[in-house]
Amino acid sequence: MSAVLSPRLTGVTTGRVLRQLRHDHRTIAMMVLLPSLLLGLLHLLWRDVPALPGQPSVFDRVGLTMLGVFPFVVMFLVTSIAMLRERTSGTLERLLTTPLSRLDLLLGYGTAFGLAAAVQAVVTVTVATTLYDLDVAGSLWLVVLIAVVDAVLGVALGLLASAFARSEFQAVQFMPVIVLPQFFLCGLLVPREQMAGWLQAISDVLPLTYAVEALQEVGRSVAETGTMWRDVGVVAGAAALALALAAATLRRRTG
Amino acid sequence: MTDAVTVTDLVVERGRRRVLHELSCSVPAGQVTGLLGPSGSGKTTLMRALVGVQRVRSGQVTVLGEPAGSPGLRSRVGYVTQAPSVYPDLTVRENARHFAALYGRGAGAADDALTAVGMTDAAGQLVADLSGGQRSRASLACALVGDPELLVLDEPTVGLDPVLRVDLWDRFHALAAAGTTLVVSSHVMDEAGRCDRLLLLREGRLLADSTPARFRTDSGTDDLEEAFLRLVRTQQEVAA
Repeated sequence: MSAVLSPRLTGVTTGRVLRQLRHDHRTIAMMVLLPSLLLGLLHLLWRDVPALPGQPSVFDRVGLTMLGVFPFVVMFLVTSIAMLRERTSGTLERLLTTPLSRLDLLLGYGTAFGLAAAVQAVVTVTVATTLYDLDVAGSLWLVVLIAVVDAVLGVALGLLASAFARSEFQAVQFMPVIVLPQFFLCGLLVPREQMAGWLQAISDVLPLTYAVEALQEVGRSVAETGTMWRDVGVVAGAAALALALAAATLRRRTG
Repeated sequence: MTDAVTVTDLVVERGRRRVLHELSCSVPAGQVTGLLGPSGSGKTTLMRALVGVQRVRSGQVTVLGEPAGSPGLRSRVGYVTQAPSVYPDLTVRENARHFAALYGRGAGAADDALTAVGMTDAAGQLVADLSGGQRSRASLACALVGDPELLVLDEPTVGLDPVLRVDLWDRFHALAAAGTTLVVSSHVMDEAGRCDRLLLLREGRLLADSTPARFRTDSGTDDLEEAFLRLVRTQQEVAA
């Protein structure tokens, strides 16, 4: 009997997705190195811009936030394309005739790309703090943890979005739809307190807002703050909700 | 003889078009049943209904004593789609081991399945680098790994050279002799002669439920292609 969830079958899926990734060297290289290179560009951009007295430098603020944004965007894109390929190649239909449950499949993807995000985050955080002198008051492991939770959110939203895409062209365009509004309203471009009330209300329900706030908490506070943990919980909860919705859109029987 | 599959008054609609019209048929256990008919006759739709991934309008499909698509059937039924559904960015062996693991079987079962379809030599190659025929054999291996009681194969021999086709048909009969029930679709009538039982489909309706020998006798010709055409003509005359 196929249970609702089987850790063994989830693991089988995670292993399979990672094995697929292993055959694709260029994707691995881009996943691991690209955020570091882009962060380097930001570092050079703001290197000679003086910080306001008593304020963190612009790079410390923006660079740290990007550590959460990169995994979110990359994993969203990679997952929505991967899942679309499963749908169009017939492998999804085949998987659904096996004992694998829909939740096993989705959690398998989440775990695989979460692990990939962890590698990405460790490399990016190391490069940022050593080469680019990014200042983080709190623990760097918390930065990695938040980056991984952001990546899982990206995976979950990517899986959900792929259900509404009929082609790769559509899937790719869901990225700006899902990602950019969250980025604009997360408090990085304009502090949330200065936003119009209704924009702030929208910002309140977008998960990336909490991911960015969590990173800013780690950036300025040596001790772990309650706000930070609450934010991490909100992002994880949003990821769980998106995964549940994705499972609901994954129909075993189709027309 | 017991039936592995019973289909009763199955109606399937795609959009506003009716693809299967109150179709009823059965598939005997432990035999190779051929699902024959021209492209667009509803073969794939019927097969998808058997494995429980087809949304149906009405009717019943019972597979191995349970409603088609029941969770309990998922380790007992193997399905090979018409387009090879394996991962192009994995090797043949990795694909086989992945599906073996989903059915709770080990690497040994995966290797056996690759041997069965003659893909041992290509086991280390990425599926993306294979020819069309090799891909469909890799896809077939990924269904064999589960050692299912019912194998549903949608046009498994398309694009294969004649030698391989004969090999595969021998393999199908060996599986049937060991107790597996096979449903194999084809739009090539010369493959009909290789089946134990024939279900002829046309425009979503069952045209005939026969055996190759009986079908030849009934139509008065040894050529199954010709027999099919005669049957279609007779039915049209009856309708007119």
